[in-house]
Amino acid sequence: MKLDTSGLESIAPLFGASNELLDGLSTAPAFDLPSNVDLDGFLKETIQMVKPAKGTTTLAFIFKEGVIVAADSRASMGGYISSQSVKKIIEINPYMLGTMAGGAADCQFWHRNLGIKCRLHELANKRRISVTGASKLLANILYSYRGMGLSVGTMIAGWDETGPGLYYVDNDGGRLKGARFSVGSGSPYAYGVLDDGYRYDMSIEEAAELARRAIYHATFRDGASGGVASVYYVGPSGWKKLSGDDVGELHYHYYPVTAGTVEQEMVEVTGA
Amino acid sequence: MSKQQANWSPYDNNGGSCVAIAGADYCVVAADTRMSTGYSILTRDYSKICKLADKCFLASSGFQADVRALQKNLAARHLSYQHQHNKQMSCPAMAQLLSNTLYYKRFFPYYAFNVLGGLDSEGKGCVFTYDAVGSYEKVGYSAQGSGSTLIMPVLDKRLQSPSPLLLPPQDAVTPLSEEEAIDLVKTVFVAATERDIHTGDSVEIVVLNADGIRREHVELRKD
Repeated sequence: MKLDTSGLESIAPLFGASNELLDGLSTAPAFDLPSNVDLDGFLKETIQMVKPAKGTTTLAFIFKEGVIVAADSRASMGGYISSQSVKKIIEINPYMLGTMAGGAADCQFWHRNLGIKCRLHELANKRRISVTGASKLLANILYSYRGMGLSVGTMIAGWDETGPGLYYVDNDGGRLKGARFSVGSGSPYAYGVLDDGYRYDMSIEEAAELARRAIYHATFRDGASGGVASVYYVGPSGWKKLSGDDVGELHYHYYPVTAGTVEQEMVEVTGA
Repeated sequence: MSKQQANWSPYDNNGGSCVAIAGADYCVVAADTRMSTGYSILTRDYSKICKLADKCFLASSGFQADVRALQKNLAARHLSYQHQHNKQMSCPAMAQLLSNTLYYKRFFPYYAFNVLGGLDSEGKGCVFTYDAVGSYEKVGYSAQGSGSTLIMPVLDKRLQSPSPLLLPPQDAVTPLSEEEAIDLVKTVFVAATERDIHTGDSVEIVVLNADGIRREHVELRKD
């Protein structure tokens, strides 16, 4: 099998010619594979031990003013919450965002890799890469690793020469263009709120509030989602983070505590 | 292709817990010194902390054979970096190098759970926490290893640091002084030793600040 390792190299050695001393260190890195084993079975077993599978809620949608991208921030390993502060919205460049659902390392690494590839495209062509192009770069990489156990569910959102762009890309090579997506274990709940409240001609404030509410309601119903609801907006002048709210506090914003009707007052017993 | 082994299991878990706390002008990295396999204690005096650069320490639990291989790999990479750039690698650079190194073994992972602690270019404490295949995050404090599930909730409650994702941003630096942080580390290790069989014997604490590096050893229960 031939793996695509282009773009993995760190910067070329400063002093030109290759150095025997650095053999195997500065040469293009490659993925180590275990020899003499059934890779599929081994990986399935191994990855269960080490990978924090991320229960997640992420969403993105296109509207009149641009694209809104939002996500929760929880990472869990089984029942244990391994982090409440994960950055699930990855800033690829000032005009493009990626979201992560699935394996934390797989998403983080390949988005970092995509960032490198996008920058190289920019330097070679003197113009920023389109969202279509960037998402296809990622989809092609993931397709080349198909069946090797990568776990990635991502949305690439951004603004290019054609206006707002949004693609869904996943680990078995799927790539869909769309105006509204939600990915992760909390996505059914997020879709419920999102589909109900979505209109194309929303203002930025309305759109951000819809995204925030969709994430909040997903974290409320999905145990694997939680932490902070982050909302980003991508417009003609690049992305901007609009809000980051602890969903624990958002709950009291959406459901303010009202004084309950007291059925019976407690009375102090006199002369006890 | 040769016939496949019936049960090829290249991994073991040697247990142990690692903790790191970042402060405004210091960083504390700590790990216990017990190494065990199953119910057996292999040694009571095994350091899980490795100095990667002048201001950068790595504490790792998991499978110590993999950890050693990882430490050697990073040491070699750092040496070649020093020859090329004539300076020590910064802590955030080392953090990303570690992430990439772990991910390059995505299909045959290092069974290692790492916490990287150090000082950044401004002398501020920084802590990075990892999973075995290289996803990483910059945090104010972290615990990894067999006792992490016992330690982490205590740190969460004692440090109460606001999430870095909040907008407007809130200062996420640990409010503790260096002495308080060291005391807290000692407390959580004594606590973890009470309930985790893979943590104990003694705890090695490395403190980094503007004055340099200081090491402390505190004895723990040996049962």
